[in-house]
Amino acid sequence: MSAALVVAGVSRSFGGLTAVHAVDLSLEPGERHAIIGPNGAGKTTLFNLIAGELAPSAGRIVVFGQDVTRLPPERRAALGLARTFQINTLFPNLTATENVLLAVQGTTPTKLRLHRPIESYRHLYERAAHLLDSVGLAGKGSEMVRTLSHGEQRQLEIALAIGGTPRILLLDEPTAGLSPSESQRLVRLLKRLETSLTLLVIEHDMDVVFEIAERITVLHDGKVIADGDRDQVKASPLVAEIYFGSD
Amino acid sequence: MTARRAIPFSACAALLLAVPPFLPPYPLTLLTQILIFAIFAMSLDLLLGYTGLASLGHAAYFGIAAYAVAILATRSQASFWVCLLAAVFAATAVAAVFGFVAIRAVGVYFLMITLALGMVVWGLAFRWVSVTMGDNGISGIARPTLFGVSLASPLPFHYLSLAVFFVAFALLWLVVRSPFGLSLQGIRETERRMRALGYDVWLHKYLAFVLAGGFAGLAGALWAYYDGFVSPVEVHLVTSVETLLMVALGGPGTLFGPILGAAVIVLFKNLLSIYTKRWLLILGLVYIGVIVLTPKGILGALRGARR
Amino acid sequence: MNLAHGSYFLLGGYVGLTTAARTKSFALALLSGSLAVALIGLGMERFFLRRLTRQSLPQVLLTMGFALVFQDLALLVWGGDPYNIAVPAFLAQSVQAGPVFVNFYRLFIIGVAFAVGVVLWLFLERTRAGASIRATVDDAEMAQGVGINVPLLSAGVFALGAFLAALGGVVGAGFIGVYPGLDFEVLPYAFVVVIIGGLGSFHGVVVGSLVVGLLDNFGKALFPELSYFTLFAPMALILALKPTGLFGKR
Ligand SMILES: Nc1ncnc2c1ncn2[C@@H]1O[C@H](COP(=O)(O)OP(=O)(O)OP(=O)(O)O)[C@@H](O)[C@H]1O
Ligand SMILES: [Mg+2]
Repeated sequence: MSAALVVAGVSRSFGGLTAVHAVDLSLEPGERHAIIGPNGAGKTTLFNLIAGELAPSAGRIVVFGQDVTRLPPERRAALGLARTFQINTLFPNLTATENVLLAVQGTTPTKLRLHRPIESYRHLYERAAHLLDSVGLAGKGSEMVRTLSHGEQRQLEIALAIGGTPRILLLDEPTAGLSPSESQRLVRLLKRLETSLTLLVIEHDMDVVFEIAERITVLHDGKVIADGDRDQVKASPLVAEIYFGSD
Repeated sequence: MTARRAIPFSACAALLLAVPPFLPPYPLTLLTQILIFAIFAMSLDLLLGYTGLASLGHAAYFGIAAYAVAILATRSQASFWVCLLAAVFAATAVAAVFGFVAIRAVGVYFLMITLALGMVVWGLAFRWVSVTMGDNGISGIARPTLFGVSLASPLPFHYLSLAVFFVAFALLWLVVRSPFGLSLQGIRETERRMRALGYDVWLHKYLAFVLAGGFAGLAGALWAYYDGFVSPVEVHLVTSVETLLMVALGGPGTLFGPILGAAVIVLFKNLLSIYTKRWLLILGLVYIGVIVLTPKGILGALRGARR
Repeated sequence: MNLAHGSYFLLGGYVGLTTAARTKSFALALLSGSLAVALIGLGMERFFLRRLTRQSLPQVLLTMGFALVFQDLALLVWGGDPYNIAVPAFLAQSVQAGPVFVNFYRLFIIGVAFAVGVVLWLFLERTRAGASIRATVDDAEMAQGVGINVPLLSAGVFALGAFLAALGGVVGAGFIGVYPGLDFEVLPYAFVVVIIGGLGSFHGVVVGSLVVGLLDNFGKALFPELSYFTLFAPMALILALKPTGLFGKR
């Protein structure tokens, strides 16, 4: 069985700063994988490289056996790659339902139909309602997104990412700014996702990391300094020094 | 359409159908003008209000269609339907070519390139004298006879314009309410997210641009018959910006906004030019006033006001 | 985005015209035309455009308003007839050098353009103010952070832009004349130069103007009816290949 996502020797520099340095990463289908690392370690940059928002200075990215290094983000999304953003990147002047509808139709040919009102696509609405419900936004569907609270917008981020039924899901600090109970609901939601879904999550909350991830990669100064299951990572002296030690 | 909307909507439609026979000729022709510019402004709003693209050269497509009608009608005595189809086709085709160049540019570059492309068309209208008659324009575009009714007098022509307006409105309404229309609004809001969700943003913008060009062409074709005369003024930058003003004034991102804006500006210009020679100056002051009186910018003010 | 930039050219020409008629001095015409318009530009920036930074659409509508006001006022004051500014006698002559006629006024225009170019370049590259301008173009927030007075600088640059446009207008008034409609006729040239060269690039403007000048003249000579087309089509091509212009960043 080929890997779901392979990152091979990927680097990216901004001027003199190498934000991501020769990173290797391989995720099996259905794998639950976390990336941790201090602020500025290059985690978000790595996501931007995988999702196609940034072009790598070196290296290759392969999704389900297909080299996507030169593909734009939308083509990668069509292959089943979805992501959330560390800073909410929503559609503020559309309703929550419309936001999710955009995610749902994004990976279908329906998005180019222009001869029928969108209301006539009942299945899209049903799926949107279901998604809003599953992230705890039931009843908020007709509200403008800019009027939602930060926590609610965070949940909507997740709904948008899973709306297009992805096969690989990248979550960038999904629990940042959530209350403990919201965090818990999110963890439950993530655990309920299809077992075939490959999950890569950047997370600072170690309880969340240990609860959802079976493998952990530690990034520091753009380099992978440890990679393995929770015990292996905890046992690494480098990690203890740089990551856990610094707290 | 929800019932809440359906009632005022049908009332407006009924009014538009019932009132014209009771209007004196001058107000009636003003109303016709409003309808034509409303189509034009709605087409621009598909770009500005729904897709978030401020085009500074939208008069090009209006003008190309108007010239197509003028040339075909005066030189080849082509029938109304031939002229109409050819005009809309020409406008759409040119938008398809220009869009190819323009859509790649972002921000201020998009403004400048659409302005420059608009000027290409203006330059051709102005200098390609053998085809366009240059500054003198093309006159003597006769109004057609349709289904045995001559449209030469104001009332039948008004009903033709009304019919075209209803068709354009219905089609545009469908487009902005469709999945595609929602995608356009997503692009207006956050392009980055749209790409992450799998949308080919370039393609969506391009299609919107071409569609908008086509509808502008429809308005331009009507205008050629309405006025009987086409000149480089129709494709000038001033016309493009005036349409932007209509949309901005009425409220971008709605279909009723541009209609309202078109009505205000058409009435204002026409009535003002009756009373004063300095109407251009006053129109300039209106532009300035609109911006100054809404300090956060028109779009900002509208965004604040929207529910 | 300033649609009134062509109006500066027009107003510069008209003010220069009146000054030349009253004082019989071309030098005074150049000075008064440019300074008067620089003041107008300063006022527009200070009282209207400043609050619209980064809002292109309101800028477009506002400056269009001003362009219409200026157009109508110019018509009111100077009427609808075309005028040529009287240039000094020594510039008005031309000599025959072999097979070509050399018109002194043309040489003068080239000289002025060259001088303005050199001065501008020295100013931008060699002075503190120039460095501040370049820093502000790159990143206004950062520039503000290191103590550059960005509002003052923007006003100064805007006034300078108006000044130069008006200078062009006075010089041009001795050559192509001043007439209603000139404002919107020259406007696209300015935009095309910037589009071809790339925003915020001095080299870009120089190269852009040369390209535009050549294209426009050859276009007019070879295909008089399609002359705008021969100017804009290459521009479209450049943009299609490089959306930020030849030397533009970002
Ligand atoms: N577009 C950019 N241009 C220049 N530098 C950048 C850019 N994006 C990121 N960087 C730099 O790259 C480094 C890594 O940033 P990145 O956002 O990937 O870190 P991170 O691990 O996600 O940190 P955090 O935990 O704070 O989110 C930082 O030093 C950042 O300043
Ligand atoms: Mg980050």
